[in-house]
Amino acid sequence: MDVLTVENLATHFMTRAGVIKAVDGVSFNVAQGEVLGLVGESGSGKSVTGYSIMGLVDPPGEIVSGSIRISGREVVGLPEEEMQKLRGKEVAMIFQDPMMTLNPVLRIDTQMVEAILAHEKVSRKAALARAKQALEKVGIPAASERLTSYPHQFSGGMRQRVAIAIALLNSPKLIIADEPTTALDVTIQSQILAEIQQLCSETGTALIWITHDLTVVAGLAHRIAVMYAGRIVELGNVDDVLDNPIHPYTRGLLGSLPSNAEHGQPLEQIPGSTPSLGRLPPGCAFSPRCRHAAEICREKVPENQSFPGDRQARCHFPLIYKASEPLSQDA
Amino acid sequence: MSTEPIISLQDVSMRFITPVDTAGKIANLLGAKNKPQVVHAVNEVSLDVFPGEVVGLVGESGCGKSTLGRIVAGIYSPTAGKIYYEGKDLQSLPAAERAHHTLAVQMIFQDPMASLNPRMRVLDIVGEAPVCHGIVTRSQMADHVAQTLERVGLDPEYMRRYPHQFSGGQRARIGIARALAVNPKFLVCDESVAALDVSIQAQVLNLFMRLRQELNLTYLFISHDLSVVRYLSDRVVIMYLGRVVESAPAKLLFQSPNHPYSQALLENVPSLKNRKKRFATIKGEIPSPLNPPSGCHFHPRCPKAGPRCKVEQPVLRELSSQHFSACHLNDGGVQ
Repeated sequence: MDVLTVENLATHFMTRAGVIKAVDGVSFNVAQGEVLGLVGESGSGKSVTGYSIMGLVDPPGEIVSGSIRISGREVVGLPEEEMQKLRGKEVAMIFQDPMMTLNPVLRIDTQMVEAILAHEKVSRKAALARAKQALEKVGIPAASERLTSYPHQFSGGMRQRVAIAIALLNSPKLIIADEPTTALDVTIQSQILAEIQQLCSETGTALIWITHDLTVVAGLAHRIAVMYAGRIVELGNVDDVLDNPIHPYTRGLLGSLPSNAEHGQPLEQIPGSTPSLGRLPPGCAFSPRCRHAAEICREKVPENQSFPGDRQARCHFPLIYKASEPLSQDA
Repeated sequence: MSTEPIISLQDVSMRFITPVDTAGKIANLLGAKNKPQVVHAVNEVSLDVFPGEVVGLVGESGCGKSTLGRIVAGIYSPTAGKIYYEGKDLQSLPAAERAHHTLAVQMIFQDPMASLNPRMRVLDIVGEAPVCHGIVTRSQMADHVAQTLERVGLDPEYMRRYPHQFSGGQRARIGIARALAVNPKFLVCDESVAALDVSIQAQVLNLFMRLRQELNLTYLFISHDLSVVRYLSDRVVIMYLGRVVESAPAKLLFQSPNHPYSQALLENVPSLKNRKKRFATIKGEIPSPLNPPSGCHFHPRCPKAGPRCKVEQPVLRELSSQHFSACHLNDGGVQ
């Protein structure tokens, strides 16, 4: 059973400079207990995809078409009151910087109890007990004392744990995590990843992990979706995508990783820079940076194609499965 | 590799002191015991960097790696210890000669937007220093800037633009061009690729490697990203709370780290090769440098710590050629 189904989602921003197509025709699904890594560089639309699912796109942004179903229920066009009932209960989000999302003038217990009471009629005492449990679950020592602290009294890693604890309070079916460990140190990041991994496998919560870091999702995710300029260019199982990328962009990203390279050997870089969403080239958005690009790439947007092994990619000249084509020679 | 280090630090320490404020002083008159707060950002660090070498300086936030970088670049004067540039003690040199030496060491910062003056054109950002130091005359400035920009892969046409008109990767290149404009021998790169997207990061890393060959540069590369350091460095130095805990040739360190902190750090680096792995954890938080733990700073988080670690500070010992580690385990155990 799929917890989340996104079909042909398009979220555009109507700015004075024109329409910015931040998300343009994105489709994917997440099954119960599954971890999906949503990977892309800045401006690829990965965060806006997350916000769209949460119903958090503010004007001038707008979901212009497509469908988002959470546990089978359509949420695009749902009135705000209905959306509020879903948010936190069915699907929760963890943001990159918990200092921005926790209220600095409210104690942790106030914020946590508020999150419980918004969805359930329980006594304050029971809510407090659940808040304490949640803090213990994410590995915060002396949970009952820490409940009465303010956000600034926590370190960065601890604050992120609090944010995770709040997301877990109402046992949502899906958690969307938007670069939650990017600002953290390596050892702290590893602690958070371990907690998340354990919690999700215990509770069967599905997880969308939004990140720019392929190495983090390699260890965490079951499937990976790679985004570029508002579209998912490749989607598949972790092993398939990382070992045999179909899309030249995925291949380029993997080649750019220093952890993949021999010491001192030049990295296999992608030329050029990420395009501005306001001035996308016609055809495939990656074509100006792609060394396999041909005439058709500059004219026609590639359709989403299915490949064996439950994989998808948007490319006129997929790197594998077409070995006879002249362009996969460079392998 | 020649035997004389281009830069040599000896027992360099840096303390930052926050004095007691007025309210605190008044409270002291009434019997409170407010004391100035002292942060030992860098604590008796010795480091040699040899010509042509790339030294990676690694550590988590608050370990003093940026402060050490700034000391090397001459932005901070250390509160204790000596810096030798090509064998000469910098503090004892006359000002003019010192300026000549410090010019050979340039720094590239993390956030190019914060380190480039938004109201100056690229021409002036890159050209100001070489004119000021008499490397080129004002009339030669444009040519010199054009050459430097070409060297870092920017179109000299863009010389009259302002920093905000460039993308993140291009701004990083401007930062590099500014450092190169005074013909340095030594570059201190402080998290210079951390803010860049992966594909742009790869371009800039390739640029660093190319410049190293073309200009015979020496790097001190400061980063929290071990995969970048592993890729670039010949030698790696790992710091924890102001002290060096281990230093070794890169290959050796990544194969067989000796210090428990280095081991934990390396284990925790996410890698493409570890699929769906169980993330191992090292317990505890990074302690505040305001109030570091006694003895070995790492002992509260160390899985192998014993009673000795709480009281005695371990010293750096040479395990094999060029491989130093500061842990009691190498020296009689932790009991």
